Amino acid sequence: MNEFIGIVGLSIGISLAATFFAATIGLPLGAALAIFAFRGRRAIVVLTNAFFGLPPVVVGLVLYLALSHSGPIGFLHLLFTPAAMIIAQTLLAAPIITALVHRASERAWARYGDELTNDGASRLQSMPQILAIIRAELLTAILAGFGRTVSEVGAVILVGGNIRGLTRTMTTTIALQTSQGDLQLALALGAVLVGISISISATVFALAGTAKSAGSDEI
Amino acid sequence: MIAMRILFTLALFVVHANPGLAAEKSIILASTTSVESSGLLANILPQFTAKSGITVNVVAQGTGKALDTARRGDADILLVHDPEAEQQFMDEGHGSTRRQVAWNDFIIVGPSADPAHISGGNDSVIALKTIAATQAPFISRGDKSGTNAAELRLWKSAGQTAEALAKEKWYRDIGGGMGQALNAASALNAYTLSDRGTWLSFNNKGSLVIAIEGDARLLNRYDVIELNPQKHASAKLDAAKIFADWLVSPDGQQAIGAYQANGEKLFNPSAAAPSRRSYIPIRVIVE
Repeated sequence: MNEFIGIVGLSIGISLAATFFAATIGLPLGAALAIFAFRGRRAIVVLTNAFFGLPPVVVGLVLYLALSHSGPIGFLHLLFTPAAMIIAQTLLAAPIITALVHRASERAWARYGDELTNDGASRLQSMPQILAIIRAELLTAILAGFGRTVSEVGAVILVGGNIRGLTRTMTTTIALQTSQGDLQLALALGAVLVGISISISATVFALAGTAKSAGSDEI
Repeated sequence: MIAMRILFTLALFVVHANPGLAAEKSIILASTTSVESSGLLANILPQFTAKSGITVNVVAQGTGKALDTARRGDADILLVHDPEAEQQFMDEGHGSTRRQVAWNDFIIVGPSADPAHISGGNDSVIALKTIAATQAPFISRGDKSGTNAAELRLWKSAGQTAEALAKEKWYRDIGGGMGQALNAASALNAYTLSDRGTWLSFNNKGSLVIAIEGDARLLNRYDVIELNPQKHASAKLDAAKIFADWLVSPDGQQAIGAYQANGEKLFNPSAAAPSRRSYIPIRVIVE
């Protein structure tokens, strides 16, 4: 039972950390892509949308080669650690969050952009306001990122190694149980994974609802 | 931004609370899937950790991949079972010492209906020839694991090359671990070569039964390989040596021999290892 709690805790911890870092990248980048006009913007937009479907196993493989002792950043000794898994999942979630934030910001900027910059405020200064306007979409973006991280197995099993008690998550445990022929146990874990995803989503929406009713959404 | 703040706090909390990040006295063991999915390592490693204070982090990959992981410098020690690939690893100068720690045997399993009519014999090569002649479905690991290498050696003795087999419709290369191969064999009513350890602890056998066992060519030995300090200076070689020494010590050997799954012994300590000539089927040794 302790091991089970450890596995669930690690899964959620890693995914939350990765979602946090991905949001740290994706929120400002997504808004900036909508607000600022600069060279290469279109290319970045196309890329982030293309990376929506980035295959986790490819991200895992590239990161594996990079983090390997004989790879370019092997000296960091991150391979087969939770940190490597967080990096992998951040790479997977960041494009999703960026693309979703960009789309919402673009609409908001078209509508409120002039208004926000009217009184002499710079585009940079109006960025937080744009993000505030689209905060409902931000929630969806962040949850989509979290959903991507908590459910994937291809990348974390490569860079984490599925080490018992260290890098074994819910998804890698399901893969392992299946390989041992314990299909029922694997299925039960799968149900827990789905349940946890639903609860987290519900909790975040409830929190957002609380924030709204407290009146914090007025511009 | 409340949600963000909560995410951040939670993430920091969980990552900091994870003791694994702070573990210093730990080594990475690259091993085969059979010693992991049979439950052997999960059973004996706590005994070693209790005695030595060293945590062994197992990355279970199949012998080919495990050797490669060590070549790249990503493991501290190896526990593998492909004598030929191991020899090559030693010849390349990656390993320093290689010691046999355990053995069991391979078996050919298949559907109880036995479409190729091979059940009950103990000649694995004749059995494979019959499977090929009757075109009964056969599942191959196809993952360069020790079991896959053993399977291809047997096919060679049966007059079949890997290239020729790849073209056959009845021969399915699934590119997966032992458990995946057994799952596939169970689902497709196919034959496959399995190590006995994974087979005994496997819980989705369906109609699969042992068709062939007790052939000297089916001997399966597990070796522990320590790395060469000249090529792998940054590996944790001292802790790795303590672990390797423990595996072959009376304590470690006793732990390996004592492990059972579903009421049956899975691995024999190497002290009892037979040469191929004096090989006695494992089921005779296990009472």
